[in-house]
Amino acid sequence: MAQKKGQRGATSVAADDSEVVARIPLQAVLLADSFNLKFRPITLERPKVLLPLVNVPMIEYTLAWLDSVGVEEVFVFCCSHSQQVKDYLKESEWMKPSSRFSITTVESHDAISAGDALRVIYEKSVIRGDFVLISGDTISNMNLTQALQEHKERRKKDPLAVMTMIIKHSKPSNLTHQTRLGTDELLMAIDPQTKELMFYEDKVNPSIISIDKELLANNTWVYLHNNKQDCYIDICSPEVLSLFMDNFDYQHLRRHFVKGLLVDDMKDHLIDSLTSSDVRYKLHKICAFYIELGLLAVLIQSHLALPVFMYMIMGYKIFTHEIHSSYAARIDNFRSYGTISKDILQRWAYPLVPNFQYFGISSKVKLDRQGVYSAPDVVQSRSARIGATTLIGSGTTIGNHTGISNSVVGRGCTIGNNVCIDGCYIWDNVIIEDGCRLNHAIVCDGVHLSAGVVLESGVILSFKVEVGRLITIPAYSKVSLRPQPSVQDSDEELEYADASSAVIESPSITSMVSNRNAESSPDYSAHEVGISGVGYIWSTNEGEHEEEWRHSIAPIPEAKLTELSHAYLEEPDVPYLDVNDFLVSGEMKPDSESISFDDGDGGDYGDSADFDKEVEATFHRALTGVNQETVILEINSLRLSCNKSHADCAGALFFSMMELGLEAPRSSNNWLLVIKLDMYGMTMTTMGLTVIGELYQNIAKEINKWKDLLKHYLKSVDEEASIYVVSFRFYEPYIYQLEMCICYIQFAIEVILKFEEICLETATELAPLFSIILSYLYEKDILSEDAILSWASEKEGADESDKIFVKQSESFITILHMKLIGPQNWLKEASEEEDEDNGDEASMMRGSFCAGHTHVGCTFLSRFAAGSSSPDMDATFAVDYGLDGRGGLGLCSGDDGLAARFVP
Amino acid sequence: MTRMDFEVVVLAGGASSNLSPLVSQELPKALLPVANRPVLSYVLELLEGSNLKDLIVVVEGEDAAQLVGGWISGAYADRLHVEVAAVPEGVGTAGALRSISSYLTANDVLIVSGDLVTDVPPGAIAATHRRHGAVVTTLLCSSPVSGPSDSGTSGGKEKAKKPVRHNIIGLDPTRQYLLHMATGAEVEKDIRLQKRILQAVGQMEIRADLMDAHLYAFKRTVLQDILDQKDKFQSIRQDILPYLIRTQLSSEVSRNGLVSSESGSNKSAVQDDLRWLSQHREIAPSTFQDSQPLSLKSQRDDQRSHKCCVYIANESKYCARLNSIQAFSDINRDVIGEASHLSGYSFSAQNNIIHPSAELGSKTTVGPQCMLAEGSKLGDKCSVKRSVIGRHCRIGSNVKIVNSVVMNHVTIDDGCSIQGSVICSNVQLQERVVLKDCQVGAGYIVTSGSEHKSESLARK
Repeated sequence: MAQKKGQRGATSVAADDSEVVARIPLQAVLLADSFNLKFRPITLERPKVLLPLVNVPMIEYTLAWLDSVGVEEVFVFCCSHSQQVKDYLKESEWMKPSSRFSITTVESHDAISAGDALRVIYEKSVIRGDFVLISGDTISNMNLTQALQEHKERRKKDPLAVMTMIIKHSKPSNLTHQTRLGTDELLMAIDPQTKELMFYEDKVNPSIISIDKELLANNTWVYLHNNKQDCYIDICSPEVLSLFMDNFDYQHLRRHFVKGLLVDDMKDHLIDSLTSSDVRYKLHKICAFYIELGLLAVLIQSHLALPVFMYMIMGYKIFTHEIHSSYAARIDNFRSYGTISKDILQRWAYPLVPNFQYFGISSKVKLDRQGVYSAPDVVQSRSARIGATTLIGSGTTIGNHTGISNSVVGRGCTIGNNVCIDGCYIWDNVIIEDGCRLNHAIVCDGVHLSAGVVLESGVILSFKVEVGRLITIPAYSKVSLRPQPSVQDSDEELEYADASSAVIESPSITSMVSNRNAESSPDYSAHEVGISGVGYIWSTNEGEHEEEWRHSIAPIPEAKLTELSHAYLEEPDVPYLDVNDFLVSGEMKPDSESISFDDGDGGDYGDSADFDKEVEATFHRALTGVNQETVILEINSLRLSCNKSHADCAGALFFSMMELGLEAPRSSNNWLLVIKLDMYGMTMTTMGLTVIGELYQNIAKEINKWKDLLKHYLKSVDEEASIYVVSFRFYEPYIYQLEMCICYIQFAIEVILKFEEICLETATELAPLFSIILSYLYEKDILSEDAILSWASEKEGADESDKIFVKQSESFITILHMKLIGPQNWLKEASEEEDEDNGDEASMMRGSFCAGHTHVGCTFLSRFAAGSSSPDMDATFAVDYGLDGRGGLGLCSGDDGLAARFVP
Repeated sequence: MTRMDFEVVVLAGGASSNLSPLVSQELPKALLPVANRPVLSYVLELLEGSNLKDLIVVVEGEDAAQLVGGWISGAYADRLHVEVAAVPEGVGTAGALRSISSYLTANDVLIVSGDLVTDVPPGAIAATHRRHGAVVTTLLCSSPVSGPSDSGTSGGKEKAKKPVRHNIIGLDPTRQYLLHMATGAEVEKDIRLQKRILQAVGQMEIRADLMDAHLYAFKRTVLQDILDQKDKFQSIRQDILPYLIRTQLSSEVSRNGLVSSESGSNKSAVQDDLRWLSQHREIAPSTFQDSQPLSLKSQRDDQRSHKCCVYIANESKYCARLNSIQAFSDINRDVIGEASHLSGYSFSAQNNIIHPSAELGSKTTVGPQCMLAEGSKLGDKCSVKRSVIGRHCRIGSNVKIVNSVVMNHVTIDDGCSIQGSVICSNVQLQERVVLKDCQVGAGYIVTSGSEHKSESLARK
């Protein structure tokens, strides 16, 4: 619930923007924080967006691109090291008046995810139209015009198309299951015609891909892509921000938001089949109207808001735009850092290339043959060899017989003699003494490598690390002056470390390079760490180390590839075939496969029995004093995680209540009797058979107690239609009244049907009580008369067996009917019907009416007898009839008096 | 032109239970009349049209085999070279193949379901099969929209209008290779795909609007190997085909070298794609990436893969399988209606076929898209719409026949009304019988005045 106000920043700007121009300028939200730990330890000291990529901070590339696509306002969200980012931006060209767009920094220190960041942005209410959502580590040269155009046109046609994702072809390796950017392979299902994104999964189960059949419910055609890369450039509509606001559990942009939307979208298709599109359309309209009115904020206060939002998520759509010739990639990890650096050197991201005066700070670098860039003031020995695709920054000196290839060397570096550098990224002011060998490493600012140091592939040396003479840093090591935080809060992926976070007690705390193999003794032997070494080697967790090669800057070692390809060749049929060979046929049936798909995202409650149990458990917690709002929240989240409709919630909740009501009498010895007699429960409360009374009393009590809760759900069943009804009663009584009625009746019927189902299937002992409870629900304003009547008329055409409950509730319905059409008319109708209908009953009903007794529950009683004469209640038939007459007598005097007279 | 080295196996089935009461001991499924011709004749003539004249027709059950054999030798004696093989009932399609597999000698085998009514030339499938050097090639056609024009019966139900999901089929982007196949009805919740195959192609097209037409071309050696080794396989569709699709990247069948001998040279671009060579090249080719070990591996992988191909019939082609009563009615209607070129008859100006020997009473009308076979007699004031009436039927006066199939030697007395029904041979409908959406089994007598709706009437 991190909805806290940012302390400072854009508030003043927000005020300035208050005059709404007809043309909304193109805005962009730039997240200057990656919300992950992949660039540690470097990011402990400097934010990722300021790390140099080919000697230019990453954020420059992103800003340059935003500038080139015509963005006019950029909101830079800073979180970790926000001061550094702000200081940098203040100094940069972009903040100068000559800049073509305005940059506003938005700062928050509580944000731990992109979701939080967007919520902060939302609270600033600075976004007025479609905006570009991009992370500050994205490099692109694409032209956004077409994608933007497509997005706007789609929006015009379908207001639910809230986001356009930019994707690009990129085939992941079959061996490593990752793209050349080092990101995991991604599975997307896209509608080939509309380009709608149907499915997004970045954690793919190793051997079997499982896709919901519903995907094909409305389309006959879907493309399943494994060869696309997510560029992490999104064109979003303002609704995206409010969606993040509404779903405060959304953290990750893709994992939560995109998937959340898609899953709900799927459910939407399901609901589609249940309700008419007409109603849905109206709901959408109401929804849009709501947004216009700006009532959302008001609604947040009330507990009504949640289901409204729940509804609002549903049906939103995400579309994709594929770019073909242009470049777009995000630096996600060290591997992509290396890959993208090379792409820039090889000019794939033109005009974002080193020798182009695009960035304010770009120095004059000239391009030689073979893609060698060097600043004019490089001091280079004649005998030094600069190999292909290399950049040497200004002020760097290179000694004799030194070879550099496929590398980027920053400014002001000093490289000694006989140094060999291949595939390295050496930042500014690095000193490399004679005879060092560097292989696929990242060497940050101010590092000092003494003579003879060897960096094996994949080494990361963070700022100002010093390595003593003749030291070999093992492959994939990460060395930093900052000690490693002992507890990696894996849930909340923070880029910046808390200064107070715990520190591993490293043996070589005396500013020495410790050996990763913990065997190294506190007295650092010179041959292991070097005399003048400064820094800690970060240890990696056991499991992580296995995967270290994936995200490392170094190319994947050949041995690993061979190993993987062996695995690849061996892997195939083991799980699949052996199982199926035993099956004679029908092996295409999914359940014959041994591998069950589990996406690992949260609990998969699966079947409804579990869900019912969960709801029941939650409800029981509520009994122990948990507040009702919390229960609603809990059940809602349960509902989302189990992918259930509100009807299921209401059903499960109702069931729990009934159970509760039944519990007491059930526990007593004569509960069988209860079942038989509970239909008189209402009248017999004060009779000797207290047990019977208890049942109804209990249920009534429970219903009364929890009616708000129940009401909440019943009202919000499927589509939350009635929530609109309720809310509109508050806010807008005149508009959409028609729609309200239509929606409401439709859904209330669903509720009753559900209720009926409960009585029939799950709690048969409740069956006789059906009509009492129905009337009670009516009385307590949980169900409306319209709804009950529509239910009755809907059931008219049903089979006899289906009509038990209608019959049971007949008198109640009659009363309602009566209420609706007026007593005179009703009397007329009733007398006409009398002959064909159950005579007794009708006359009695009339009698009760004439007596002016309109207490529904009481009138109802008389009905029971007649209702129970349906065949399945034979056993109690005789008793019923006896009661019938007397019931009629008692009608005038209310429940208590009536009951009193019935003492046997 | 050399002859195609193809052998053809027609799986004609037996007394299929889901077609009762239409089929019986006397009338196996293969001989069910479609526009007054046995359904098998459509397949046989189709094959004849592609110059595939050496056929093995496999029939379940001795009796049925004799009936089918008798009919074939009468009708195609001088045109086709047909061997009729009888297999025990209930062995499944794979079982049926297994029992005749030792007779097969040609390079490739074309397996056709005997209930297929189509105008897609089998030669096209055979050619595709050969071109790709595939292990199996399947004919896919657009799913028929089930139950059209049965006006009124299901008009109220909106849900029934949804097209039937026959198969869920995964294709590569060029639509030449079959990557996944599942029967729509059998997929419960999730579509499960093999990730390796998706990885190999990068992009899979999942289609729900295609139907497996049960016309396959198999490489004979592979087929025989599978039949021998996997003795539990019962069905082509459920066992053999999924097995081949699943193992196409880790083939066991091609290891014996027989298959891979010729497929080495003529690989298409897509096949290369399947070999996962294309990795790491797409965003921007980079000199840094070294893919040598990959190409090394790919050679090995090459030997372990086989191709499952598809031939997707043009949407304008007609393609249907007679595998349900609904399909029987639909096909009969289509063959004298929109797909009339299949029937082989020439239609009159009124767009119907009335045999010259048929007799029509006064004021009797036979609408377009109707068929009236030889020797049938209609009384006065009858009305026939979109129906097929067989040979030597006697139909009284004031009889209405709409959207129905009436087989041979049926007697329909005055005042009957038949709608959307199938009346088998030798049935007698007495006066004023009203049938709607019924099936009446052979020899049944419907007593006068009775009304039936959506019933299946047959002799016990």
